[in-house]
Amino acid sequence: MKPKGQNVYMISGGVTKFAKATPEMDFRLRVKKAFDYALKDANMSLKDIDGSVASYFSDHFQRQLMAGIMVQDYLGLTPKPSKRVEGGGATGGLSFQAGYEEVASGRMDVCAVYGFETMSHVNTWKGNEFIALASDTNFDYPVGGFYTGYYAMMAVRHMHEYGTTVEQLAKVSIKNHGNAMNNPYAQSPMKLTVEDVRNSPMVAYPLTRLDVCTMSDGAAVAILASEEKAFELCDNPVLIKGIGTGTDTMRLSDRPFGKVLLLPGEKESDYKNLQYPGVHSFRAGRSAAIEAYRAAGITDPLDELDVVELHDAYTSSEVQTYEDLGLCKYGEGGPFVEEGKANLHGKVAVNPSGGLLATGHPVGATGIMQGVFMFWQLQHSIKKHFKDDTLQVPNAKRGLIHSHAGTGTYVTVTVMEAVK
Amino acid sequence: MTLNPNARMEETQNGTEVYNVDPLIVKSHYEIDYIHSYAQDSEFFRALGKKKLMGSKCKECGYTYATPRGHCMMCGAETEWYQLPNEGKVHTFTTCYFGGEEFLSETPFHLIMVEFEGVNSLFMARLIGADHEDLKIGMKVRARFRRNLRISPTDVYFVPVAEE
Repeated sequence: MKPKGQNVYMISGGVTKFAKATPEMDFRLRVKKAFDYALKDANMSLKDIDGSVASYFSDHFQRQLMAGIMVQDYLGLTPKPSKRVEGGGATGGLSFQAGYEEVASGRMDVCAVYGFETMSHVNTWKGNEFIALASDTNFDYPVGGFYTGYYAMMAVRHMHEYGTTVEQLAKVSIKNHGNAMNNPYAQSPMKLTVEDVRNSPMVAYPLTRLDVCTMSDGAAVAILASEEKAFELCDNPVLIKGIGTGTDTMRLSDRPFGKVLLLPGEKESDYKNLQYPGVHSFRAGRSAAIEAYRAAGITDPLDELDVVELHDAYTSSEVQTYEDLGLCKYGEGGPFVEEGKANLHGKVAVNPSGGLLATGHPVGATGIMQGVFMFWQLQHSIKKHFKDDTLQVPNAKRGLIHSHAGTGTYVTVTVMEAVK
Repeated sequence: MTLNPNARMEETQNGTEVYNVDPLIVKSHYEIDYIHSYAQDSEFFRALGKKKLMGSKCKECGYTYATPRGHCMMCGAETEWYQLPNEGKVHTFTTCYFGGEEFLSETPFHLIMVEFEGVNSLFMARLIGADHEDLKIGMKVRARFRRNLRISPTDVYFVPVAEE
């Protein structure tokens, strides 16, 4: 597949501070705050928006169907076109790409993508149950009923295949919680040690409380525009250079044991004895990366990407994702983080915002939050929005955002590029 | 015509639990029984009552699944039922110390993915009869079946195979 549409730019964004519970605001008001921030930042008004995409994951959390239209209504965007996009944890990434498609197709010149989730209306255990309803309810939910359990099994197999250690996983937690210390939007900034991570309560072996992201209330908004409108409305737009989306079987048990989908620079002989994806890797992540890199003309991702915001719902899935994205070869994810290559000033800054682990994971908002933080990185406007430039990646020119659902069922990869 | 300007809604004792007043946070209850059909996968659940674990085999390409699956993901053809061996090996494992609300009272519990000789895909199940420290990739496990069925995939579970 080769992209044929017109160029799409991101021209503004807004995010609410993610928190365990913000009962003083409902989802409509939360989106409104992020939306108004985005409009104000680009000096835009409602009339500039041609339509929207609504991004939220679960109807269970609030027991409100058609929550999307309630936001559309509250924002004053009726009767403009809108639709809801849903795909588990990747809802935000899929919606961001749906917004891209609205503009690339020429249907809209300016599209607002708004994402939200209110997870605080149920307790954490009920929340785990609702999330687990996004596993096959005939076969997987009644057996495990717990996503951390599924990811823990993948992590155990990754450790078996490649010798990945729990200390290497802990390094992801340390890095991401540490980065969040300078992100005012983050829910869980923390300065941690390997001992802190390993001594925190075991959730599902080998993943402890600090290897797992939290539930959150939050909202995020990204405004996308055609080339003409982007430069008319914004001094410093960011080009969306390529998108990719991959899928895999709903049940983890159905994943095949075949050959690696190769990226440029990889050879079949690199993976002679590897059965792929099995349960240690995400084929959907790899195929999303292949599509996005082709569209963006990337042949050496580690060299050509300056910053990555990826879906670290678990420390183990961040390590698995380095490999799927080709930041290192399969099997090298553990050493990659251990050697500091993913640090803020490492080879490529991965999750400088703190990622899901430390920023929070209000599902429908998460993938859009990544887009907003990436937009600010590539605009070099982190200082303006965070009131602190510690997390600004110097010379950030090209970035990648990655959104991920289920046990790796839907995965999106979007490459963004500074043009100024 | 029954226009009654003094009409009043009946007063009841059905109040609402209030958790907080600013903002106002109340309890909202929800409960439902579904009429859930296992449809084309019904045979899998019936077979568990006969102490048989049924997977699927593609009639066209021969790909074998350790799970029920009406059509083949490799070629799209219809599958047929295929009896799995009663013994397999642990492909991967975990022990869950927390979980969803429905299973919280069962924690800690072990989850495993089972690989069967000559079968192309895995099967997810609970394992009992072992401590966490005993769990190893490659350990031999055997399927056992509940006598009183719940008509759930947990009607089959696995136990370690005794060392010879």
